[in-house]
Amino acid sequence: MAHDPLLDGVEVERYELFAEPVYRFDLSRRDFFKIAGGGLIVLCLLDELDAQDRRQGRGGGGGGQEIGAWIHVDEKGAVTLHSGKAEVGQNVRTMLAQAVAEELRAPIDSIKVVLGDTALVPFDQGTFGSRSAPAMVPQIRTAGAAAREAIVDLAAEEWKVDRATLQVADGKVAHPASGRSLGFGDLTKGQKIAKAVGGGIALTPPANWKVAGTPVRKINGRDIVTGRHKYASDIHRPGMLFGKVLRPASFSATLASIDLKPAEETGATAVRDGEFVGVAASTEQAASRALAALKAEWKTSPQSSSKELFELLKKANADTPVLVHGQGSMDEGFKAAEVSLQGTYTAAYIAHAPLEPRAAVAEWTDGKLTVWTGTQRPFGARSELARTFGVTEDKVRVIVPDTGSGYGGKHTVEAAIEAARLAKAAGKPVKVVWTREEEFTWAYFRPAGLLDVRSGTKKDGTLLAWEFHNYNSGTAAIRPLYEIPHQKIHFHTVRSPLRQGSYRGLASTANTFARETHLDEIARAVAMDPLRLRLKNLKDARLRAVFEAAAEKFGWGKAKKEEKQGFGLGGGFDKGGFTATCAEVRVDNGRVRVVRAVTAFECGAVINPDHLRNQVEGAVLMGLGGALFEAIEYEGGKIQNPRFSQYRVPRLADAPAMETVLLDRKDLPSAGAGEAPIIAIAPAIGNAIFDATGERRRSLPLV
Amino acid sequence: MPDAIELRINGAAKNVQSNPDRSLLSVLRDDLDLTGAKYGCGEGQCGACTVLVDGKPTRSCLTSVRTVAGKEILTVEGLEKDGKLHPVQEAFLEIGAMQCGYCTCGMILTAVALLNSKPQPTEQDIVESMNGNICRCCAYPRIAAAVRSAASKGGK
Repeated sequence: MAHDPLLDGVEVERYELFAEPVYRFDLSRRDFFKIAGGGLIVLCLLDELDAQDRRQGRGGGGGGQEIGAWIHVDEKGAVTLHSGKAEVGQNVRTMLAQAVAEELRAPIDSIKVVLGDTALVPFDQGTFGSRSAPAMVPQIRTAGAAAREAIVDLAAEEWKVDRATLQVADGKVAHPASGRSLGFGDLTKGQKIAKAVGGGIALTPPANWKVAGTPVRKINGRDIVTGRHKYASDIHRPGMLFGKVLRPASFSATLASIDLKPAEETGATAVRDGEFVGVAASTEQAASRALAALKAEWKTSPQSSSKELFELLKKANADTPVLVHGQGSMDEGFKAAEVSLQGTYTAAYIAHAPLEPRAAVAEWTDGKLTVWTGTQRPFGARSELARTFGVTEDKVRVIVPDTGSGYGGKHTVEAAIEAARLAKAAGKPVKVVWTREEEFTWAYFRPAGLLDVRSGTKKDGTLLAWEFHNYNSGTAAIRPLYEIPHQKIHFHTVRSPLRQGSYRGLASTANTFARETHLDEIARAVAMDPLRLRLKNLKDARLRAVFEAAAEKFGWGKAKKEEKQGFGLGGGFDKGGFTATCAEVRVDNGRVRVVRAVTAFECGAVINPDHLRNQVEGAVLMGLGGALFEAIEYEGGKIQNPRFSQYRVPRLADAPAMETVLLDRKDLPSAGAGEAPIIAIAPAIGNAIFDATGERRRSLPLV
Repeated sequence: MPDAIELRINGAAKNVQSNPDRSLLSVLRDDLDLTGAKYGCGEGQCGACTVLVDGKPTRSCLTSVRTVAGKEILTVEGLEKDGKLHPVQEAFLEIGAMQCGYCTCGMILTAVALLNSKPQPTEQDIVESMNGNICRCCAYPRIAAAVRSAASKGGK
């Protein structure tokens, strides 16, 4: 696809790290049966439109049919789904199993889901952007429905009856007229049928769902509570060594000299390869000691500090904004306005801090590399490994066990490359698990941002003019859904002082914070209830619905019972999800406590209400951390707070009373939910702090 | 140089050859393949490495293996009896008190210790006991609900 350079600056997910070239899933029919065994295999072919969507930004060429997912019903009736998605706690595994079970009419516990193993699943760009529900689920439902129809065909042929007289339920095909019934396995036994389907197959409407749409438990939950599940960091291989990597003394420091000998004298393998220096030894402790024995000198360069971050963001490239959206005339809008306001808002760099840090085990066998690692981009990892080690992609297998979370923070694959490099040198499998400090320092951060807002409003609360400048945080959810006749919305690209990348909700948090805080300021300036002001300027029925639902559940509009109490709200739209949050805070001698948070969320037809609720609650609480206290501090090329004792994340005691209202729109396609619910809590808290204290906070974190 | 150290883990004797100042976490995970205890921070801040030593929740990342020789160590792998989950495990599963699950084993063991000492904990007891364990997915409301549920079913 032609690449539009203008779009570089305004792509919805500007900071989604780039995915790798298109890979053609080129297994032959025989290969599928070799992997899976006999029975029935249904491949879901992506139609041309979908495939183009997937190729966007990857510079991929045409040719070949891409496969989205495939389903195998074996000769005993067991069902296996193969998908390239990665499980990072969002419960995609369970959701996909529900989609198969629903269309195939098979019991949920008969379904096995293989994810993120590049030898066993078709190419997938990665698990991000809340794309699994809107893009992967329809493919899987299509394959499931086609598999069901193929099984019905087998039964019709077996019994020589009209297929229309057959019923499918609970993994069986029944012929009610004769009372006959056969399990899927009775029908697939001895078969080797492969089918490929595109679109055009009737899917079960959400209103008729029996398995999808229900609160199915996490399908591998028992392995989690028993400790049996093996995360990448739990993988052990025979003869495995433990690896450690020497990190530069500060950001951008380069190696001036290194003496490996003291490390080698401890019995460890030590490697220098360009700027890479690492060691491997038989225990983690031995590896740490070998690492400490290394004598390195670094060439450092001056680095900026978080204290000057926002000045720097504003200065850098300030003259080259990208106009994301413009309509009407700012002059006209501000001329007609009776109240004009201006506000500057900021959002700090924050860390994903997944509880499982980056981890990988790498093993070379006969020139082939196998890597177990936690990443949101299994195929991206494979490409990077192949490129790094100069082998073709078919020589690299990446296996992604269900991972100890990501939140957009595991798109890169450093630990995999490090482990593979050390394994190559040692001639043995090597495990690398980043320390917490490494994860806080050498991963990447949610972009910091500075946002300038200027607005013009009539005294009756009608929004007229909206000028918005976002420096660095990105463009997700940058456009308001409010009806504003005159708008100019700019994004300013900035050379970030820290390594930055994707994050749950990414720029939506900063953009929604600035917009919804500013709206609160307008509401105060025109003496109007903040909810009424929003609804007065909002036609979008879905956003209105979540505002109204959250407000109703919260009891919005009631008077304060005491001085220290404050109420606030915020809402918005991102990646297919509509969110509104109402918060109650108590501010005591400057100490802010969020007492209650009520969130209404809508993302189309709900596939698993219990897991959706879990996502919404988790996102709101994670957002509370970014709202109240999370911020990365840095100086002299070092992170100043790279530990949980220094970088505070939400804990149980921080959790307010939480209520979640899910609006299930069975008439609308399902959208993702891992990201959008995080965006509204920060402005809700900030606005509630103002309500309690009269003090306007315009920076994240707020306290 | 490695010493022979006798540990009592999940009711059974385990002999390991280890440098005595290695962490209990590393020995459990790397020598004994008991990987339910996780590394999360290495400074006792997150609780992912929690195991029970003589019934007390202990940060295995900060505990050298030498100091626990001869003591009763309980890891998450020792909770299930004859295929039957511990009531706290059952409650976490039933309530879905997890997302990625990386913190779950530490959470469960911390809750087991709480319910062993206070079978009917107050809300305050639950917050105080569980506050040292980080769930980065922030499934806290459900984690607290699971502890309450296990307590209400006499979950020791």
